[in-house]
Amino acid sequence: MAVLVNKDSRVIVQGFTGKEGTFHATQMIEYGTNVVGGVTPGKGGQTHLDRPVFNTVEQAVKEAGADTSVIFVPPPFAGDAIMEAAASGIKVIICITEGIPVQDMVKVKAYLEDFEDVRLIGPNCPGVITPGEAKCGIMPGFIHKPGRIGIVSRSGTLTYEAVDQVTKAGMGQSTCIGIGGDPIVGTTTKEAVELLMNDPETDGIIMIGEIGGGMEAEAARYVKEHGTKPVVGFIAGQTAPKGRKMGHAGAIIGGKDDTAAAKMKIMAECGIHVVKSPATIGETMRRVLQGEPVEG
Amino acid sequence: MNLHEYQGKELLKQFGVPVQEGIVATSVEEAVEAWKTIREETGTDVVVVKAQIHAGGRGKGGGVKLAKNLDELKEHAGNILGMMLKTPQTPGGLNGPGKLVRKILIAEDSYRPDFDACEEYYVSILTDREKKCNVIIYSTEGGMEIEKVAEETPHLVHKEYVDPELGLQAFQTRKVAFNLGLSGQAFKNMTKFVAALYKAFTTSDATLFEINPCLKTPDDRIIAVDCKVSLDDNALFRHKDLEAWRDTDEEDPTEVEARKHDLNYVKLDGNVGCMVNGAGLAMATMDIIKLSGGEPANFLDVGGTADATRVEHAFRIILKDPAVKAILINIFGGIVRCDRVAQGIVDAYKNLGGVDVPIIVRLQGTNADIAKKIIDESGLQVYSAILLQEAADLVKKVLEEEVNA
Repeated sequence: MAVLVNKDSRVIVQGFTGKEGTFHATQMIEYGTNVVGGVTPGKGGQTHLDRPVFNTVEQAVKEAGADTSVIFVPPPFAGDAIMEAAASGIKVIICITEGIPVQDMVKVKAYLEDFEDVRLIGPNCPGVITPGEAKCGIMPGFIHKPGRIGIVSRSGTLTYEAVDQVTKAGMGQSTCIGIGGDPIVGTTTKEAVELLMNDPETDGIIMIGEIGGGMEAEAARYVKEHGTKPVVGFIAGQTAPKGRKMGHAGAIIGGKDDTAAAKMKIMAECGIHVVKSPATIGETMRRVLQGEPVEG
Repeated sequence: MNLHEYQGKELLKQFGVPVQEGIVATSVEEAVEAWKTIREETGTDVVVVKAQIHAGGRGKGGGVKLAKNLDELKEHAGNILGMMLKTPQTPGGLNGPGKLVRKILIAEDSYRPDFDACEEYYVSILTDREKKCNVIIYSTEGGMEIEKVAEETPHLVHKEYVDPELGLQAFQTRKVAFNLGLSGQAFKNMTKFVAALYKAFTTSDATLFEINPCLKTPDDRIIAVDCKVSLDDNALFRHKDLEAWRDTDEEDPTEVEARKHDLNYVKLDGNVGCMVNGAGLAMATMDIIKLSGGEPANFLDVGGTADATRVEHAFRIILKDPAVKAILINIFGGIVRCDRVAQGIVDAYKNLGGVDVPIIVRLQGTNADIAKKIIDESGLQVYSAILLQEAADLVKKVLEEEVNA
């Protein structure tokens, strides 16, 4: 069952009939995800990819029993789409959209506080996948293999890199959660790690962070106090300069706590197996689980 | 996107935030005209000449001067316009090349007529990532670096968090004014100042407002003497008027060109260029370069569609930097097929008529093996790899050969 999404998830796509929505919904369906329909305001009643299109998320919940939504709505309207999903009874909202204004996300986060059982993943993320069961996002399905390693990451392709290394090291993944690269995200590193820490089908956790913000330090403190499984960590941006945004809106060094070095230090102090090289993530996890010595 | 001081002040004024008044000039003649206008309004010959560049600490590098009369104005305006201004924040710091000053702000001297009766405060607004709301940070220690104040006297730095749904409340503006030790008319003016500033911040989708110093004048007005304004790039779609203020002269020309081609590029000081899909992997690739004995020359995210045209643009941009001794291309093909990317690299390489520095191509993901074959059989002087570790080892090898050559 892993976490967040599984074969029983009833998934809709918001922005279903758009170019991105169509392309990725097709891939999700091909992977075997239980996509029960989609939402595009004004196109309700039509059929798209052999599935019903609804005008509102509320209709999708009522008529198709949707409980999970993957959002591909363009940035100016994405915050609104997240709030509609929450207000309509969707429990897991995964927002792929990159480029949502920060002040929109401030409002969205405040709005979501009224919905205690709703979880937002993203925005600006690759999504969530439970290999072999449900792919809710834009990640390439074939690199994943069902298994017992959970992955949490702020990045897209760097997550695929870690997934690939885990698979090549002979292991598989329980659930991979891309929490997103924005300064304000729905689910923090700590919250995602906590989900996996409490998941009986996960044996080890890979936590991939980057420069900017305090999420990794918070997650590390959680691991120190409540950790019951090995955690391997990597922080991207060890060579990034101060004050420059490195692609992701949230990847910027403002103060000294934002640096990779500061985060890696706290993580190591909290018992996380921190790797310096992104090429050794998978191998390190294998060694840790098999009781072999690791670097650092 | 960052604004100049004079643009930031114009924005603040639109929301009723009182500022140190001034007129921007690009020549000594314009500066003289500005001086005349300001003299008429203030009744004094004294003005401040302020260099307009996107960097703080301008006073330290000689970019802010008090002119007591017309002669001094001409002298300072002439000196500052066209100078390479070095501040702790310009590229390379005080030992770097500095930044060319193209514009100056001729501003009123707000400290007149009684410098000693003035008080300087610090007021800034930004979004707190952890608390997920906006915060007003303020201090009685104006005119200093707030990082230093926070470190040495943390009790003098106050924070006021604002409810995202309800917005800034009146009691909060009073709290700010009381904590700054104000009373009477100055107190009232500070509450209005903070309210207007907050309104300007949210309405313009700013990511940072820093008013330092925020001044209490001898006649109890509260005004922004300097302001640093950064706007949210993701929100510029609803602020076309502000986007029009973008000054590309202040940006690295290569970065401006990269943006035209939808490439996310940041120039760095190293010797190994890199071209990567995805921001996180791009940062990780920079780290790999460092671990392999090199220094990254850039950050470059080619995005999701690494076709021949984009790869060619990316090549051209990386090769503009003469310090680049090798290039590492690192693509994780997910939805994008590696064989297509490989063909793109081969085509771009041929279109460029060859590349003089060694290239290491690492393609992983969909059809990685076919991609490696395309690269290996292309006859190009390119090293290919599939595993990230192999790519790292190749960077090391290439750099060692460079040293031995």
